[in-house]
Parts: sequence; structure tokens; C-alpha cells
Amino acid sequence: MERDDIIEYSLDTHHDEAAGIELRKKIWKVTALLTIITIVEVALGAFVKQSSTLWELVKWSFVALTLVKAAYIVLIFMHLGDEKKTLKYVILLPYFVFIVYLIFILLTEGNAVSEALKAIGF
Amino acid sequence: MSNHNETQTDSATVWGGKVSPFRTSYGKLMMWFFLVSDALTFSGLLISYGFTRHSCQVAWPIGEETFNSLPFLGHGYPLLYVALMTFILIVSSVTMVLAVEAGHRMDKKGVQKWMLATIVGGLFFVGSQAWEWYHFIHGSEFGKIELADGSKAIVKGHFGEIKDFTVVEAGKHHHKGAVIKEDLLHEFHHAIEHGKLKNDTITLHDGSKALVHREKDEHVVLVIKEDGLKYKTGKRIEKGADKMYHDVINSGTPHRVIYGANLKVNEYGPTQYAQFFFFITGFHGFHVFSGVVFNLLIFLKVVEGRYHRRGHYEMVEKTGLYWHFVDLVWVFVFTFFYLV
Repeated sequence: MERDDIIEYSLDTHHDEAAGIELRKKIWKVTALLTIITIVEVALGAFVKQSSTLWELVKWSFVALTLVKAAYIVLIFMHLGDEKKTLKYVILLPYFVFIVYLIFILLTEGNAVSEALKAIGF
Repeated sequence: MSNHNETQTDSATVWGGKVSPFRTSYGKLMMWFFLVSDALTFSGLLISYGFTRHSCQVAWPIGEETFNSLPFLGHGYPLLYVALMTFILIVSSVTMVLAVEAGHRMDKKGVQKWMLATIVGGLFFVGSQAWEWYHFIHGSEFGKIELADGSKAIVKGHFGEIKDFTVVEAGKHHHKGAVIKEDLLHEFHHAIEHGKLKNDTITLHDGSKALVHREKDEHVVLVIKEDGLKYKTGKRIEKGADKMYHDVINSGTPHRVIYGANLKVNEYGPTQYAQFFFFITGFHGFHVFSGVVFNLLIFLKVVEGRYHRRGHYEMVEKTGLYWHFVDLVWVFVFTFFYLV
């Protein structure tokens, strides 16, 4: 069915065999990276106990590694890195504004409730 | 992307509302917007989890202590299984992106192959999650115990294998002297939960009494998780721990030992912990399941050749976006539920 009322952006992403080889190389590279990050995370989790003095550092490195993984999934696997700048911002900005706010709420309210429960001897 | 063509448009088209400022098709854009809203839902769940954990007054369970089993191999493998699950999901994300790439080259065979691999990966993940839930619900062999001073402790070590039950007092089904060799651990746990084990003599479902033949527990360590009069949270008891454990399970008092988890109690920690576990991993698991169904439907249409006739495989791209998103969410669940 041919429609002339829309512009077929769907064809924009087509590429040839040579470009495909390059892309696949990139995909396998990202795969290796994600696998290594997961292995590092599990090793850290298994060998560093929560009672250890290093734990605080390990905890934050978990968060950092997770964000790295997430960035690779979104930008490479979901091809957001290849989209127009405006689309990137429309997707990412509102999300991050909300999340930063929610994390702020989580920490302040979490502390407040924790203190309150302690005060009444829960 | 390597060779995005800039679609040429005249001013009539631009002002006629036909051009997307994002240079992307309607369907893909809507998928992105849906994913943003779904991401907010998951973020809300994880943040409420964080809030509860942050404000909780009792010790929160530690991932590597709670999830340390492997199928067929038993306990003692902290986080390995969930790491395997994570790896399976990442790999299925990779096969999905390869399917999308093949679609961009109009390589129908390639799309078929990689989509099928993605579906298999997805099924593996859902199956793994079922196993994980089963294990979480049934719990450890030892269970969580309440000590004489009211403190609560988890138990580590090697659980002595139950050999058999020898009936010493006949009930409805078993006659005296019968040796029972089936469903031992389940009966054993059930009896202890209801205070029906005393002096190593168990009262079975049918009212018969049987002597339990069980090997000695080895390397038993009790780790206190809730304060009592004598022991405080975090203390490890090694000396005489096996005797203490034996006394607790033989006390004949119901509910001193908790096995596994449900929405009311669990052996791992606060009630909310299991509730969040069921809700978040359940919600994610349902996403994975739906993703497998979507992928299957699209796969069938690929096989049928519909997208090839259409001239592009954008539907594969859209379902791919959803699939990557499921992987993305798992990366966060993995970190905040299992690792931290």
C-alpha cells in the first residue's frame, strides 16, 4: 500500500553490506564490554563483604558501572545515539529531571522517616 | 547511523505537518514515548524500594546471602545464578540488535535467525526467573531461627542430609516400623514450622510419629539479624552453634523457624523485602514474557515475508526497542536488588 501523506523515514536506516560489517564489529565490542562489566560486578559482590571498609566504594562503583551499562544499551543497542539531537533530548531530559527529583525525595524523606521511627523507638 | 539520507522536502510539506522534527517514523517515536513512561514506572518502583530500605529499622537482607544457589548444585554460589540470568538477557539483547542490523540490509534469513535466538534467550530468562522464585519461596534448608533470647538469626553451613523417618507410633497411613524415604525435607520443614519436632521425633501429617535419621550439620554459623536480649544484630555465633540450632528446631514451639518467603513473612529480612522482590521482579518478568510474545508475533510475520514486501523491517526495530528496554530495566534491578 503506497501512501503519499507520510514521509518514509523507515528507509533512512537502511545500509549496505560494508556498513553492516562495521556495525556488527561495534555490536560485538559492546557485548564484550557489557559482559566484562557484569563479571566485575559479580566478583566485587562476591568477594567484598558489606561489613568491609571498602563496601562504600564498591557500592558506588556498582552504581557507576550500572550507568555505564545503561548508557551503552540505550545509545548503541537502542540506537538513540544515532537519532537526531532533538529526539535525544525529548527522551532523556524529562526522564532525568524526574529521576533526580525522585532520588532527592527518596533520600530526604527516607532519612526523615527513619529518624522519626527511631525517635518513637520502633 | 552510517548513511542516513536527508529526506528532501519543500515548504508545502514542511508546513503541511508531514515532516517529523525528529526525522523518525510515528511508530518508533511512540514506542520511545511509551518506554519513557514505562521507565518512570520502574523507576518509581525502585525508588519506593530504596525509600523503604532507607527508612527500615531492621537489617536489610544481603543479596549474596539470599541468592546463593545454582540448579543441581545446591548452595554456596553467591550471585552466580542471577549473574547468569543477567548474561542471558544481555546476550538476547545482542541477538536482537543483530536482527535489527540484518533488517537494515533487507537480509530476511539473518532477521529470522537472530530473532529466533532472541526468543530462545527470552524463554531461558523467564524460566530462570521461575526457578529463582521457586527457590525464594521455598527458602533455605536451615531457615531463619528465633533464639532463646528473642533474637533472630540466619544459619550458614552444611545442612545434614535427612536419611529417612522410621515410624515409632502408627498413624492413619503409616504402620509402626515403616521407613519413609520420600518428601523428607518438605515434611521436616512443615513439622518444624508447626512445632511438631521434638527430641528428633517428628509428628507427620497423618498423626504418626517417626524418628528422624539425619546426618550432623557441619560448620554451622548463626548470624544475628534482629536484636534479642543477649545477642545484637551482626553478631556471628560459631561455637556451639550446631547445638543451638538443634535446640531451636526441636523446641516444639511453632513459628520459631521460618522457611522461604510469602507476602507476610520471610526468612531473609523485613516483610517489605519479599513484597518488593515479588512485585519488582514479577513486574519485570511479566515485561519479559510480553516481550517474548511480541517477538514471536513479529518473528512469524518476518517468516511470512510481510516486512520484506513492505520494503523495510521497522517493526523488528520497534519490538527491538522494547526488548532492549527490558534488558535495561534488568540492569538496574540487578544492581539495586541483588548487588547493593
